[in-house]
Formats: sequence, C-alpha cells, structure tokens
Amino acid sequence: MNLKISALEFVQEVKNGNISAEDFVAKTLERIQSVDDKLHAFLSVNEEAVDKAQKIDKKVKSGDKVGACFGMPISIKDNMCIKDSKTTCASKMLENFVAPYDATVITKLKEQDAVFIGKVNLDEFAMGLTTEFSAFGPSKNPWNLDYVPGGSSGGSAVSVSAFECIASLGSDTGGSVRNPASFCSIVGYKPTYGLISRYGLISYSNSIEQIGPLTRTVKDAAFMLNIISGLDVNDNTTRDNKNEDYLSEIDSGIVGKKIGIIQEMVGDGIDPAVLSATKDAIVKLEGLGAICEEVSIDMVKYSVAAYYTITATEAGSNLARYDNLRYGYDFSVEGYEFNSYISKARKNFGPEVIRRMIIGGFVPSAGQAGKYFLKAMKVKSKLTKEVDEVFKKYDLLIAPTVPILPFKIGEKIDDPVSLFLIDINTVTANLTGKPAISLPFVISNGLPIGIQLLADSMQDKLLLQAAYALEQTVTLPEVPI
Amino acid sequence: MTKIGLEIHCQLTNLESKLFCSCKANYREFEINENICPICMGLPGSLPRLNQEAVKKATMIAMALNCTTPDKIAFFRKNYFYPDLPKNFQITQLNIYGDTSIGGTGSIMIGEKKIKIRRIQLEEDPGRLIYEGSSSKNLITLVDYNRAGTPLVEIVTEPDFENPKQVRTFVNIICDLLENLGVSDPGLDGAMRADANVSIEGGNKVEIKNIESFHDLEKAIHFEITRQESLHSRDFQIIQETRHWDEKRKITVSARSKEEDLDYRYFLEGDIPWIIIDSHIKDKLKSKMPESISSKKERYISKFNIPTQVATVLSSDKFYSDLFEKSHSESNAKEIANIITTDLMGLVDTREKREKSKITSTHLKDLADSIQSGKISRTSAKNALYEIVKTGKDLSQIILELDLGNVSDESELLKIIQEVISEEIQAVEHAKSNPQTINYLVGKVMQKTKGKAEPKLTLDLLKKQLG
Ligand SMILES: [Zn+2]
Repeated sequence: MNLKISALEFVQEVKNGNISAEDFVAKTLERIQSVDDKLHAFLSVNEEAVDKAQKIDKKVKSGDKVGACFGMPISIKDNMCIKDSKTTCASKMLENFVAPYDATVITKLKEQDAVFIGKVNLDEFAMGLTTEFSAFGPSKNPWNLDYVPGGSSGGSAVSVSAFECIASLGSDTGGSVRNPASFCSIVGYKPTYGLISRYGLISYSNSIEQIGPLTRTVKDAAFMLNIISGLDVNDNTTRDNKNEDYLSEIDSGIVGKKIGIIQEMVGDGIDPAVLSATKDAIVKLEGLGAICEEVSIDMVKYSVAAYYTITATEAGSNLARYDNLRYGYDFSVEGYEFNSYISKARKNFGPEVIRRMIIGGFVPSAGQAGKYFLKAMKVKSKLTKEVDEVFKKYDLLIAPTVPILPFKIGEKIDDPVSLFLIDINTVTANLTGKPAISLPFVISNGLPIGIQLLADSMQDKLLLQAAYALEQTVTLPEVPI
Repeated sequence: MTKIGLEIHCQLTNLESKLFCSCKANYREFEINENICPICMGLPGSLPRLNQEAVKKATMIAMALNCTTPDKIAFFRKNYFYPDLPKNFQITQLNIYGDTSIGGTGSIMIGEKKIKIRRIQLEEDPGRLIYEGSSSKNLITLVDYNRAGTPLVEIVTEPDFENPKQVRTFVNIICDLLENLGVSDPGLDGAMRADANVSIEGGNKVEIKNIESFHDLEKAIHFEITRQESLHSRDFQIIQETRHWDEKRKITVSARSKEEDLDYRYFLEGDIPWIIIDSHIKDKLKSKMPESISSKKERYISKFNIPTQVATVLSSDKFYSDLFEKSHSESNAKEIANIITTDLMGLVDTREKREKSKITSTHLKDLADSIQSGKISRTSAKNALYEIVKTGKDLSQIILELDLGNVSDESELLKIIQEVISEEIQAVEHAKSNPQTINYLVGKVMQKTKGKAEPKLTLDLLKKQLG
C-alpha cells in the first residue's frame, strides 16, 4: 500500500474501491509504529482509528452517504480539544486533562468522516518554533534527525512529511504552521483571522492566532479549508465566507497579478541559500505571468518586538487559569499551607512558558503598559495600516517563510533572543490578520526551504491559486525516512 | 460634608442565559455546580459567546438612567487571581481607553437632589464562595460556579449622596426601574449587591465591599459614618482603605489585603469583537422599552383623575401596575386603583404572599364592575378579594359560596324596610320632616342585611315608603 499519496488522491482511491480506509489507517498506524520512535511526532495515538475507518468503509460499500474525508487519517496538534481524549498542550500542567467537548474543527472533520490518528507534539502551549520546548521531548526533522522540525506545530509537520498521516491541523500564532511546514518541506496554511473557528483551540495569543492545515499539496490545503472554515456561533471572531469553495478554480493562474517582494524580509541576516531560493521563486512567478516589484513595509522592523509583547500579555492572561489548583493539582486533599501553594503554583510549566508569563505580567502592568504593551498595540495598528496600503497596489506579497535554514536541535535553545528573530518573516501575517501560505520550494544541501505568499484579508482563494501555480513549477525529492 | 458614592451590581435575572454561554441566568434552582459548562468554567479552549440580549437589556438600563450610550462598545479583561473566578480574569468593561462601556454619564433625581451616574458596565458575575466551619482551624471555603457568568450590570455613581436616607431612596428607585424594565427581579436573593465609598468632612475615602443586599447597604453606610465620626471626634486619622461588610456582626472590618494596590492589567478582550450599537438599534430599543414609571404616574393622574399619592404607589410597583394595566377601562380605572392600593396591597405585602397569590386582572375587573353596578358592597368586595387571593376562584362563584351578593330583590328588600319602619317610629318621623336623616334608616336596613342591601335601591324604596 502506498501511503505517499495526497488527500485528494486518497479520497479518489477509496471512492473507487481501490483501497479501503481500514487498510490505509492500519498501515498508517504501522508506519507510526516503525518511524515515530525516531521522529517523536505523536504524543498519543488513537486506538480506535481502525474501527472508525472500518465503519466508514461499510458506508462506502453499502452506498450510504459518506463524508468528504472518506476515513482519511489526520493528526491533530495537541492543543485542540477532542472529546474524551487527552489534550496536553505538551505541558505537564495539562498532562491529565481530558477534554469534555470537541473543538469546532474536530466536529466539522468528524461530520466529514475524518479519522483522527493521534495527537501530535508542539512547543509547550505553542510557545516556540522548534518543538524543543515540549515537556515530552522534541520532535525530529525527518529530513535530518539531528535538526529541529520547526514549530510550534512541529509534530503536525513531521507527521505529514514522514507519511504518518495524510494531513494535520496545526495552529499559527506567529508562524507556528508555516515555520515547521517550511522546515519539513510541506504546505502550511495560515488563513485570514476569523476564517476558521478557534473554539476548542487552547488559547495562547487569542487575538492573532488561527488554526491552519498542514498538507502535502496546495490542493489538499484548499480541501481542508473547505471543510473547516466558516462562521461559528461558538467563536464570535469568525467571519462569514459564504461557504466559499477554495478548490474550484484553483488552477486559474496568476497572469497579470502584481506581487510585492517585502524588502524587510530579504535583508540582513538572511541565509544566502534562502535568498537565492526566493529569487528563483520570483523568476518563476514572473514566468507564470505575474509582475513582481520590490516593496517596503517599514513597520516590519518592529513587528517581532510588538509580537512578543502582545503574545506575552495575552498568554499571561490566557494561561492564568493553570494555577495548580484547577489543573496540574498535586496537593493532598487534606489541604496544605497557603505559602507552599504559592511556591508551587506554576511549577508545572516549562521554562519558555514561565519566561513569557513573567514578561506577560510585566509589559501590560501599571507604569509599564505605556512603554511596552500600548506601544506594541500601536505598532500592530500602524503595521496593519501599512500592509493595507500595500494591498491597494499589490494582489500578493512574497518573502521566504523563514530567513534561515533549519538548524540543529539544541543549537539555539539557550539563546531565546536569536530564536525570537527567526519569526521576523511570519509574524506580520498574524499581527495584521492576513492569510499566508508556506510552500515547499527547494532542498538545499538536504535541508528544506519554504517560500511564503501573503494576500489581503478574505483573499484566501486568490492566495491558494497563486500558491498552486507556483507549486506546479517545483519538483522536490522524497523525504529520506 | 459627608460624601457617599455607590457601585451597584444588579444581575439581569430575567434573561434566559448567562452572559457568555447557554447555561441558565437563573441559577438559583440548581444543585451546587450543576448549572455549568466548558465556557463558564473557563475550560481550556472555550471561548465567550456574547449574549446579545444582555447587551440590549443593559443598553435599556443605560437609557432609562439618562446615560450617554456610545455607538461602539468593547469588553476588557480584568486580570486577578481569585477562587471564584474560573479563568482568573473577569470579562468586564471600562472607560480608560475611550468611552467603550455600555453607558456613560447620566443622572437621576431623588426628590430635589440630582445623583450623577459616572458609568454603566456589563460584566460577568463570578462564582459564589461558601464558607464552612467555625474556628480558623476547620474553616474551609467551597466554590459554587452556578452563578459564574451570570450577566451583571454595574451602575457607578458619583459621590453625590449626603446621607444613608438618600441612598435608600436611590436604590428603591433603581429597583423599581429595573423591575419596570422587566430586566431583573431585584427581590431575588443576591440579585442586587453594592460597594459603597464613604468619606466625612476632613477624612479620607473608605471603600466598603461585598454588601450582599440593599437592606444591609443603608446599615453599612450608617455604621461607617458613625465609625468615621467617632474617630474624627477623638482626633484619630481616618485612613484611606478598603473595608468589608461583616453580614453577621453588622459592622465593617478592615480588609487584610490592600486591594487598591492590585494591578488588574486591563486589556481588550480579543475574543469578543467590538459591538456596534448605532442609532438605528437604539431607536428600536427605545421603541420597545416599557413606559417609564414617571410617565405612567402622569398618565394615571391626568387620564383617570387618580389622586397623586395613589398614582405614585401604583406606578412604581410593576406587579401592581401590570395588574392595573390589564384590568382597567376608562370607567373603572379609579375603582381598580382603589382596590389595589387600599385592599390588595395589604393582603400581599410580602414577596412570598405575592408569589402565592392567585389574583388575575380578570378578578380585579369583575370586582370593580360588580361594585360599580351595585352587585356587591365595598365591604363584601373586600371579603371576596381575600378569597380570590387565597383560592383564585371566579368572583361569581365566591359571591354564591359566601353569600356576598347584594339584596337587590325589591320585594325582599321592601319586607326588611317595612320591618325597620315599624321598629323605628321616631326616626321615621324625623326623616319625614328632615330628609337628611334618612341615612339613619338606610343604616338600619344595612344592619339587618349585614351590609348587603343594594344602597341605591334601598334609598329609593325608603323614600317611596316615607311618601
Ligand atoms: Zn455555562
């Protein structure tokens, strides 16, 4: 059985009766068994996956109505709630948290007969871009096991890249879908803010983060978006996309489209291989009929500082409930002395979460807010204004997803500031709410490089069309695992 | 001069659901921790889902209190740790970054005194703490989250009150107003709570928190003024502090922690987008708002000629004014107003009695009509009303069962009149020469019929008999 097929191919094969969902899911579980010891993408595997696939096969055989996923095995980042299963956020704090309800995206996928193959690794509470901050150990890059897979949706990217599932859902707060997609050579999609319901996604920085699919192809990303996007009464920030079909007309091409090359994202500190890949991509886009021009977005310079200030503030509030009383409780039921509680209150958090919660307690506090939090909010609104202006002239923007190549596990973990700067190319889409995609573009000395495209709000369809056009010009080697 | 300011918290008890989820706003009927869900428990991944009805009702309150209402409102997070707060932050409103609260400045009059309102905000109620155990050794605190997320409107006044009596008048007006708007039942336990700040001439401001009922509010303020005056008279300094109202001992006690030092790190609640309340929406709400108490009062006086005192009482209480509105017609309005204010109010003077009462507007209408047509006397009507409240039976049935109907049969009445004439020879002579004394004879007939003789018919027949 060939596990190395796209979501759309899978659907076709099951529909035609060439393969059964049960076999495919069983083989996928075997694959996880054989490779995940090395990769550590999964935090838990769904024991009932095969049974579920079997039931869907029965529906296919009997001619009953079958959901669009046809028993497709999908992995889910472990910060999204699936009823009656553990949702840990890769944190000791939620090690034993069993969600009593389904996230909206989970409900939608269940309705379309997806099979959840397991929950995948992330940086604790999605804070990080390497998965090294997972309380349960890092995931490894399938292209080279000594390297980080990116993050925070590292487990999602690894599982898709290494054929441990067909597609995955991650979450993107500052690049957390696109960054690992780039490092693992797959497609990562961050939709317009509000396009996908966040209900059931455990909040880290709720005003800017979105759930997004990680897939092998652009079409697969569009397919997933068709299922999980749209208005949701449980998330007041969702927007009505009028049941847009992102797959239809995906091959419309980009003739005559104007694309801006963001200067601030190809400047100082960029790896020469990444720069040259970006230039190649621009040449290819021009070859497809697009018009590419350099464009400057001044506020990008301050975007990372603003990003960390805002995310820390929101995290400090969103994670306040994990206080070792309601979650991570480890005291005797007989009670305890109050001061001993205080000293233990946050001890179930790892170092990165603690770091950000401390910052999050400081930057919006009385006397500091004006210098930090409010200033960051000002940057956010100025940046949004600038980007909105740019989109009056351009249909799309282009930049590498990450300015550097994947690096070794442990290489940067002790240098949080240099880690922060890696986010420079991805946070703009989050701070402005714009959609962005990372497309696998080239393998340079065995390490993947992804190209990022951005579009204006609610122009997700156009963005996918452009990514699809560029994807057709790319051939990539197979992952060496 | 003594200055008192209030922060009044009133639950929107009449709403179907909580502020951010579909759990019941009326949590009182539930077993402990039964009226909860992932949202109001703040479980990981849950998001607030704003109850639009609550926004409408709170806007109505703001309009009724003559407050400005901005076209766009926002919610903020107030971050602090407390066991009754599932998320360790409260979703509330404030005005530090522009006027984003549901109501801005306004005012209401209490007599000649104007009380200014600083702000009205919509927020979620925390859970309820239950203390058990008596000594400090076995003292435990339990949390019931049934209340968590109940829609709460906070009314913040300027420190315009000068004495506890003004405060009482104000809260009575607020209660009547909320009830009249149909947004809240202020009589429910814990539905109305308050914080107060009190300062006397030459002293610092003292906040009193956690006053769980309006009944205690006046007491707490009175206690605090006395305490401060006694300190002042002995030249002790009144320190600026937060004090708690001790419900059991009826005193204020200094709060151990310095709550005024807490930094709430307010910031915008990103999970709830800005809410537009434009003039179109406001006009629609205004048109749906029930008639105000003062307008009702004016109408009762001018249209039905009801005395001012009666109109004031009738209009300020929703229970009675609703009954009045449903039962009255042009001709019987005054009679009904009379029955309600002189008889009914005495019969159902507590919340419990009201809830048990079986009276309907039909009863009132029947009663008034029967009095006006002479079918029953006022005395009998009072007896019938007592039965109605108790049993809810039809008036006609009660008249039959208790034999309350007037004697209006001519021959029957004539027999009794002749009896009286034969017994009261002297009075009859008097009446013949001085028609004004005829009332004495009417009274005698009433005595014999236990007040049931139809008065007008009796008089007519008597006059005829006397020639
Ligand atoms: Zn609830």
